[in-house]
Amino acid sequence: MSALGQVASEIENEPEPAEVDEPKGGRRYTGYVLIIPGILWLGLFFLIPFYSLVATSLYDPAGTVFSGYEVTWEWSNYTTAITENWQPLLRSFWFGGLATLFCLLLGYPLAYAIAFKAGRWKNLMLVLVIAPFFTSFLIRTISWQLILADNGFVVETLQWLHILGQDGRLLNTPIAVVTGLTYNFLPFMVLPLYASLERIDPRLIEAASDLYASPIRGFAKVTLPLSMPGVVAGTLLTFIPAAGDFINAELLGRPSDSMIGNVIQGYFGGGNNYPDAAALSLVLMALILVMVIFYVRRAGTEDLV
Amino acid sequence: MTTADAAAPAPESSTAAPETTRDLRLESLTKSFGTFVAVRDLDLTVPRGSFFALLGPSGCGKTTTLRMVAGLEQPTQGQIYLGDDEVTDLRPYKRPVNTVFQNYALFPHLTIFDNIAFGLRRRGRKDVDSAVNEMIELVELGSQAHKKPAQLSGGQQQRVALARALINEPEVLLLDEPLGALDLKLRRQMQIELKRIQIEVEETFVHVTHDQEEAMTMADTIAVMNGGVIEQMGPPSELYENPATTFVANFLGQSNLIRGELASGSDGELVVDIHGSKIGVSRERSRVQNGPVWVGVRPEKVYISATGEEESTDANTIVGGTITDTSFIGVSTQYLVRMPWGQELTVFEQNTGARKVFSPGTTVDLHWSRPHTFVLDAEQDATAGVETVDDTP
Repeated sequence: MSALGQVASEIENEPEPAEVDEPKGGRRYTGYVLIIPGILWLGLFFLIPFYSLVATSLYDPAGTVFSGYEVTWEWSNYTTAITENWQPLLRSFWFGGLATLFCLLLGYPLAYAIAFKAGRWKNLMLVLVIAPFFTSFLIRTISWQLILADNGFVVETLQWLHILGQDGRLLNTPIAVVTGLTYNFLPFMVLPLYASLERIDPRLIEAASDLYASPIRGFAKVTLPLSMPGVVAGTLLTFIPAAGDFINAELLGRPSDSMIGNVIQGYFGGGNNYPDAAALSLVLMALILVMVIFYVRRAGTEDLV
Repeated sequence: MTTADAAAPAPESSTAAPETTRDLRLESLTKSFGTFVAVRDLDLTVPRGSFFALLGPSGCGKTTTLRMVAGLEQPTQGQIYLGDDEVTDLRPYKRPVNTVFQNYALFPHLTIFDNIAFGLRRRGRKDVDSAVNEMIELVELGSQAHKKPAQLSGGQQQRVALARALINEPEVLLLDEPLGALDLKLRRQMQIELKRIQIEVEETFVHVTHDQEEAMTMADTIAVMNGGVIEQMGPPSELYENPATTFVANFLGQSNLIRGELASGSDGELVVDIHGSKIGVSRERSRVQNGPVWVGVRPEKVYISATGEEESTDANTIVGGTITDTSFIGVSTQYLVRMPWGQELTVFEQNTGARKVFSPGTTVDLHWSRPHTFVLDAEQDATAGVETVDDTP
């Protein structure tokens, strides 16, 4: 049973308090009334556009904005989209995966420190984690152009340390793209990690220590397993948007570093190639869905309480 | 032996445990948190193999003391020894000491089996499976081995916590309010169970509790703590019969404390004047030798007679009381008796049927045998420890 399924069945097993109010009537429908706005929203802005996207992906590729489009069940749109773009597709997963890994490596210690060591600074640190959201995503990414610029202090320092050659650069390299992705999606990693670490009873860590586990072993055997729901949620929240992102590759990379988001944006924007863009979007969606299902199954959160 | 030896507590066989057990000694142990002193200059020796209770109200420093022994809290000053080895600075995972935590702190993601196996596995023991199975049988959880802690009842979780600590054969087992989360009936069962296990494994148990009855039921020696210091230490009966301070007199059971003045004294006996009545007390049961005092007597030691009806030269007698309340409690009848000086004294009389029941309004005399009198320093607060007797979980 999946973690969600377990929660759901626990909710089902709860005695229904609504029964007490049964004679008054009406109350039993409260739940349904409450989800109506959400259902309407999803219908309007997800189901209809999704249907439209599927339809677009099956248009006759010969159509143009001027001559109009027609659904001709062109499955070849998919094969064209994939065969022409398998490199950016793979690159997207590679960059997204790297960014997720770096977010985890940076975010876990940070979330751990906030949850267990920050004391009265806890709230301030949490605010600092989400503070970047007060500025636009675009502005923040553009400022990385300045940070990583050829005459910026980062490049100069790295050159001085001989880590980077004299003509070496960071901007317009894959490194810059992954750096940007890591930076932009770090809060999505930190917050779920913090939430699950914060829930851990510190006495469990003390108990591990009392039972002969060194700090490292205690972490591996108690803290890490108990924080797995946060790790799973954080990696998903980071990987999914990072793999589909196009801003970072656009602003910090070369055209040859383009990710699948850039290709789709190009098709929709300049290219006016709606059918291929739609097909590619759906391929990306399907691939991510498969990967997520596979990942969640493997990560096995159902063993956690 | 060096401290490094203390780091390797694992006895090769289970029968080796008693020989490797050593006395636990605390020397001028102090712990402060900022300006608050939780434990003040504590000296304490817990003899090996004893069942020792640290008893006190919440905030008295008993849990802090326990945590320092476990290594979970670093003392501000002072030393902790096991036998001749100092363990003060030893990290918790290197101490031959295990803890049964309050609310158990079982690992929620591990099965009962893995919880119990945790300590042995961390020390790389080989015969883990058979040892764990044996321990699971000992605490009668055979059918629960592959369940998660959340699937067990409170009493079962408590036994898992105990098994998880005991399986490591610690030199000292620390129990932090281990029965606090259980209901009364289960608590009584577990008290007897714990005592039985302690005798069986012959290890030193240090038990922290705020429940005086629990401490008296289980421990050989009780140290009553208050405000970071030990008020009195000794076997339960000694603490109960001869309390050294008003706090102990009130916290351990109930006491009547009557203001008096030490009048005269012969060799072995002192005479105290309480509001005109002369009371005798042996010199060794008096904590002060002159001046104003508290005369103490336990409610169940007192017996009541109608005014002037009984006179004895052996017993201490105070006269002129009026019954203000009579409550029938089953095993005993509880009286409140207002004395001429306004104080209300409590008297418990066993319902043996031998003595008459007095109704409110009756004027009575109170008697008790001289050896049951104790005398405390009048400087102390007569209500110290009173309100904390009633423990609300």
